[in-house]
Amino acid sequence: MAAYAPRRRVSSVTVRNTVAGVLFCLPWLIGLLAFRAYPIGAAFWYSLTDYAGMNPPEFIGAANYGWLLRDTELRNAAYNTANYTVMAIPAGIVTALTLALILNSRTRGLAFYRTLFFLPILVPSAALAIVWLQMFNPQWGLINTLIEGIVYYTTGLQIAGPGWTSSTEWSKPTLVLLNTWVIGQAMVIYLAALQDVPQDLLDASSVDGANWYQKIWHVTVPLITPVIFFQLVTGLIGALQLFTEPFIISKGIGEPAQSLMMYSMQLYRQAFVYFNMGRASAMAWALFLVILLLTYVIFRSSGWVHYGGEEKK
Amino acid sequence: MAAARGIAVAQVRERSRTGVEITLSILKHLALMLAGVSFLIPFWWMFATSLKPNTAIFHVPPLLLPIQDPEAWNELVWSNYPRAFGFTRPPFTTFIWNTIVIAGLAMLGAVFSSPLAAYGLSRIRWPGRGALFGVTLATLFLPAFVTLIPLFLIYRTIGWVGTPLPLIVPHWFGDAFYIFLLRQFFMTIPLELSEAARIDGASELRIYSSVILPLAKPALASVALFEFLARWRDFFGPLIFLTRKETYTISLGLNFYRYEYDTEWGMMMAMSVVVTLPIIVLFFFVQRTFIQGVTLTGIKG
Repeated sequence: MAAYAPRRRVSSVTVRNTVAGVLFCLPWLIGLLAFRAYPIGAAFWYSLTDYAGMNPPEFIGAANYGWLLRDTELRNAAYNTANYTVMAIPAGIVTALTLALILNSRTRGLAFYRTLFFLPILVPSAALAIVWLQMFNPQWGLINTLIEGIVYYTTGLQIAGPGWTSSTEWSKPTLVLLNTWVIGQAMVIYLAALQDVPQDLLDASSVDGANWYQKIWHVTVPLITPVIFFQLVTGLIGALQLFTEPFIISKGIGEPAQSLMMYSMQLYRQAFVYFNMGRASAMAWALFLVILLLTYVIFRSSGWVHYGGEEKK
Repeated sequence: MAAARGIAVAQVRERSRTGVEITLSILKHLALMLAGVSFLIPFWWMFATSLKPNTAIFHVPPLLLPIQDPEAWNELVWSNYPRAFGFTRPPFTTFIWNTIVIAGLAMLGAVFSSPLAAYGLSRIRWPGRGALFGVTLATLFLPAFVTLIPLFLIYRTIGWVGTPLPLIVPHWFGDAFYIFLLRQFFMTIPLELSEAARIDGASELRIYSSVILPLAKPALASVALFEFLARWRDFFGPLIFLTRKETYTISLGLNFYRYEYDTEWGMMMAMSVVVTLPIIVLFFFVQRTFIQGVTLTGIKG
């Protein structure tokens, strides 16, 4: 069956395994080269050129990167993305972890709540953004009516709720709320990790006089730090590229007053509205470098991550 | 010492619930109910709005049920649904069908290509395997925007822009996330099973298809679900690569109900329900598989 001749020096098993291994990985190897390696390299080359996508790219050195650092619209977009990321990542981790911790404490109705908290990730992002626009409309939306009503009935004060999607201060927090609603996947992962925490350890700490808070903070959470760490890294990569929700909420132009103009949306505009492929490629590479740098920094500062040796079988 | 500790543990477990514990339990249930309601409200709101006439949509205070203000909303307006289907050109059913085709074909691609690579990276020992796995993991950190522009230019050159092909074909060549997930799963299958089949003279392909794949059905189902859901929810890919309305997907179709200064909320919400509900129904049937799959993805590398 085998078409190759057995070699003398390398064992025939190794040869056969290598051929089999490469053949099994062949689609993926093609995928790596054609859909990843080549485009990464090509994007770097385009980033050094003036290229409208029609005439051949014209080499202009690092000019696109210079533009990147100077352009004020871009600086605003980078600021918006950073601002959003700094709010959304802790909000997401805290919400998902809190819900998972509550559900993990032998709660009645676990399956029901787990399903309920998971459901939002099934909603298409476009539909999600639209529902948010409606609920958070400052004049006739549900959320402000609730806030204003509750405040009125409890304190008798007539206040106007936040401007949400139509105010520059509240537009990004509204987006953070939207993404805090979509933490089902992370919550299920935390829950699975929590259920792996050995009960003996928790019992032992009870014996040593730890209260519920100390048990969570000094036993449970340290044991699941590897999972938190993984969520932190993937969450960061996702948040820095957030596109669909701000694009739809702001009609693609970042309104109100450019407060929802994200880095990814500027990249999209450079590439597919202005056909400035060189600049857009420079933006993509800059984002790539920032993600690499941040990931590296997180990995280097991961002293808080606890890798247990024995408790895993 | 160990015995003393055991007795102490037993005492802790048997101790009756203290005031603190009861308070905590009440707080816990309150928090859960509050979170539960906040998680339900958007769904309820989507559904309620889809059944409102225009007079009720902008009503202040917002109407949660058709009994609060009978003058504005006295019956459930189901007509938003048929109106919305015919409102777009082409009709919304075309967008749904396009999305099913794209999501279905991409799903087949993911289920075909990812387990192949996962098998090569876990069940066969060959030089270069470790390096390839390292590269595979590294691509998890690759932002999609880096590859977007060169890929777009290639697709344009070969005439794929405007067709669904850019949204389908790449998924037939593996995905790092699924490969990682499946590899983790394959590693849990005892190697002796493969060895036994090898001694019986089975080829590697045969071991793969008749020993490993049948055992990996739950993991494969998770991959299929993830991929289908990802393509179903996708907005960015269709936005970039689809140019003709006849090829649009649901995510793009939803924008037809929105103009510069006005929005057809009733119809838009009706179609949001239409594109969300089947997925939720599907989810209830395959919930166990799905949750298992998500759990697998959380395994530390």
